[in-house]
Amino acid sequence: MKKMILGMMLLFVALSTQAQDKKNKNAKYTFEVNGNCEQCQKRIQKAAFSVAGVKSATWNVETHEMAVIINEEKCSLLDVKKAIANVGHDTDEIKANDEVYEKLHSCCLYERK
Amino acid sequence: MKKTLLFLTLLVCSNAFSQEKLEEVKVQTNKKGIKKSLSGTANTTLVTSKELLKAACCNLAESFETNPSIDVNFSDALTGTKQIKMLGLTSPYIMITEENIPSVRGASQAYGLSFTPGTWVESIQITKGAGSVVNGYESISGQINTELIKPIKDIPFFLNAYGDSGSRFELNTHFNKKVSDYWATSLFVHGNTRVAKNDMNNDGFLDNPLGKQFNIVNRWQYANPETGWVSFLNLRFMKDEKQTGELNFDPDRDRLTTNFWGSEINSERLDFTSKIGYVFKDMPYQSIGFQNAFTSHNQQSYFGLNQYDIKQQSFYSNLIFNSIISNTMHKFATGLNFTYDKYAEFVNLADVGRIDNSIGAFFEYTYDNNDKFSYILGGRMDYHNRLGVFFTPRLHVKYNPWEKSVIRFSAGRGKRAANIFAENQNLFASSRVISVLDTEGKIYGLNPEIAWNYGVSFTQNFILFGKSADVGFDFYRTDFQNQAVVDVMNSPQEVLFYDLKGKSFANSLQLDFNLEIIKHLNLRTAYKYYDISTDYLSGSFQRPLQAKHRFFGNLEFETHIKEKGQQWKFDYTFNWLGKQQLPNTASNPEQDRLPEFSPSFAVMNAQITRTFSSTFEMYIGGENIGNYRQEKAVLGSDNPFGPTFDTSIVYAPIFGQMYYAGLRFKIK
Repeated sequence: MKKMILGMMLLFVALSTQAQDKKNKNAKYTFEVNGNCEQCQKRIQKAAFSVAGVKSATWNVETHEMAVIINEEKCSLLDVKKAIANVGHDTDEIKANDEVYEKLHSCCLYERK
Repeated sequence: MKKTLLFLTLLVCSNAFSQEKLEEVKVQTNKKGIKKSLSGTANTTLVTSKELLKAACCNLAESFETNPSIDVNFSDALTGTKQIKMLGLTSPYIMITEENIPSVRGASQAYGLSFTPGTWVESIQITKGAGSVVNGYESISGQINTELIKPIKDIPFFLNAYGDSGSRFELNTHFNKKVSDYWATSLFVHGNTRVAKNDMNNDGFLDNPLGKQFNIVNRWQYANPETGWVSFLNLRFMKDEKQTGELNFDPDRDRLTTNFWGSEINSERLDFTSKIGYVFKDMPYQSIGFQNAFTSHNQQSYFGLNQYDIKQQSFYSNLIFNSIISNTMHKFATGLNFTYDKYAEFVNLADVGRIDNSIGAFFEYTYDNNDKFSYILGGRMDYHNRLGVFFTPRLHVKYNPWEKSVIRFSAGRGKRAANIFAENQNLFASSRVISVLDTEGKIYGLNPEIAWNYGVSFTQNFILFGKSADVGFDFYRTDFQNQAVVDVMNSPQEVLFYDLKGKSFANSLQLDFNLEIIKHLNLRTAYKYYDISTDYLSGSFQRPLQAKHRFFGNLEFETHIKEKGQQWKFDYTFNWLGKQQLPNTASNPEQDRLPEFSPSFAVMNAQITRTFSSTFEMYIGGENIGNYRQEKAVLGSDNPFGPTFDTSIVYAPIFGQMYYAGLRFKIK
């Protein structure tokens, strides 16, 4: 009997840890990405899509808000922000390299915060 | 106190809301009536309701008058119905859908477009070339999808009254109610009638039919954004009666006798359609939809001594699943269709009825790199009891080579069973002897029609003297592998139907130039060239009643909208048609002979709209202001039961000038 209870408890613990491990396949996030124009929009979205696991990525030219749906089993939000910063656009967490930023097209040189 | 505060907040809220609405309206009036996108993959033009207000637009058939992509033929004396053509091919080769459910097909092919009143229409999408595989395999030259006004977006009340110098009157009333947060319903009631007999060319025959139509639809829309469920239910009933022929024809006395020549066409139609859709939670790119439509269409008619009755009962079902492959750059749609059609059809009491059914599966993949390049690749596999098992591929490609420009390419296959009698019933109103020469095929003895369509198009937007302009061209070719040939080139006393022996193709070229001349003054022009050739038994000819060269011009001017919404709108459309091949009448006696080609001519339409406020406007207009008329509208009109009688050869307006006036009133 004791063994059974122990076994059940173990199983319960195992299950619950697994549940914690089970990551959201359709996690929705919005965050700010700095940019100016439609050309920026294409660049930002393309960078986001280059990360495996990004299912949907839309950047709003006016509000500068980036909406993504990602599969957290394959990537994290940080991966996406890194990829966007890598092409020259500052995100709320990760900033772009000055060198990359300066190489952007003249109309895309947004004001940095 | 609290309550007053609440009331005040509410008042402010509603105020703010109405302001927002007003702004919305303002933005809308600056919108273009015809929109051609640079980003869409297919060559699709969106016609908004604004465009539909530019002409009389009593029904769907007439709503293309200001649009160069579609040619509207002149209504024949018999039915008064305008037929449309796309890429030079008549409406049976166009997939015509209403809210993505095939609507004008089978028995309703000849008059179907006149069974949708213009005021019901919210927008029309016109796709040139091979369509999408999602809706079926029948489209060959293009697709026209009509969206009706959505109950959730509708206004509480709308009234439209119309009258014209051809003694045609129309009344449209729309009612709308938001039943709950999720349910809304609309009731559209349409009636039209032509009360007086017109014979402007004094040939003893009516120029357009007497008629009345009653048309009613009740729509229910459900949308729940929290759960992702949406639904539409439509119930519709239509009754249409037409009478035409000689002025002295009295149907009660002269029906099916040789006293006087006359014709009656009575149609009754009942539609029930339902749609259920679900958008997955947390996955806005994934959805599932299920559409079902039941239609009963019954036409009882006679044309002189020819009797033609057709009753079609159809069931259409479509299950579609939309989702993505890894991300939204790769989308797909897949699903199943089922179609059942039961035709009870009698040609001069001979039973030619049949039952058709088909089942098919489709898969359509869309790649869009969100930048310059996108394509749609689709395929479907169908089984049809008369067409067999067959595969239908379709491809659309779009590329933006440089700024403000777009190149498109499309290719695809279409296959269909031609309803030769329903589609060509205007030929019953002649003394022509109808013969089907083939007996081997499964559709009236004929084989299914098969065609390939290929096309390229290019559009460039630019700024000319500080105003926006665009220039474009498109070229499409349709190659028939098999066609149900309608032969009126052999003899004026015969119409022959047979499977294509030899070649049949349709080439169409369109050049567009559009310019905003000054603010609020827009010019739209198009030149169109058609080379539509078929090998008939008697030789190779251009398709009869089709102009090789056409020119189209449209000029619109609007004054600035004043504070309360007052505005003037002016619209002018010019159509020039080159000579058209006419059916062979060489062996007729001289007075019933037509030349080989028709003369070229021009037709002009104009309309003035005065908006008094955002809720009330009036309009007057004229069609065929130049008063061009076809000289001989009815061949053999002296002896309608003689061998040369023919009402089917109509290449120009018969009625001449027509003036109309109407009003629109809304409660918002």
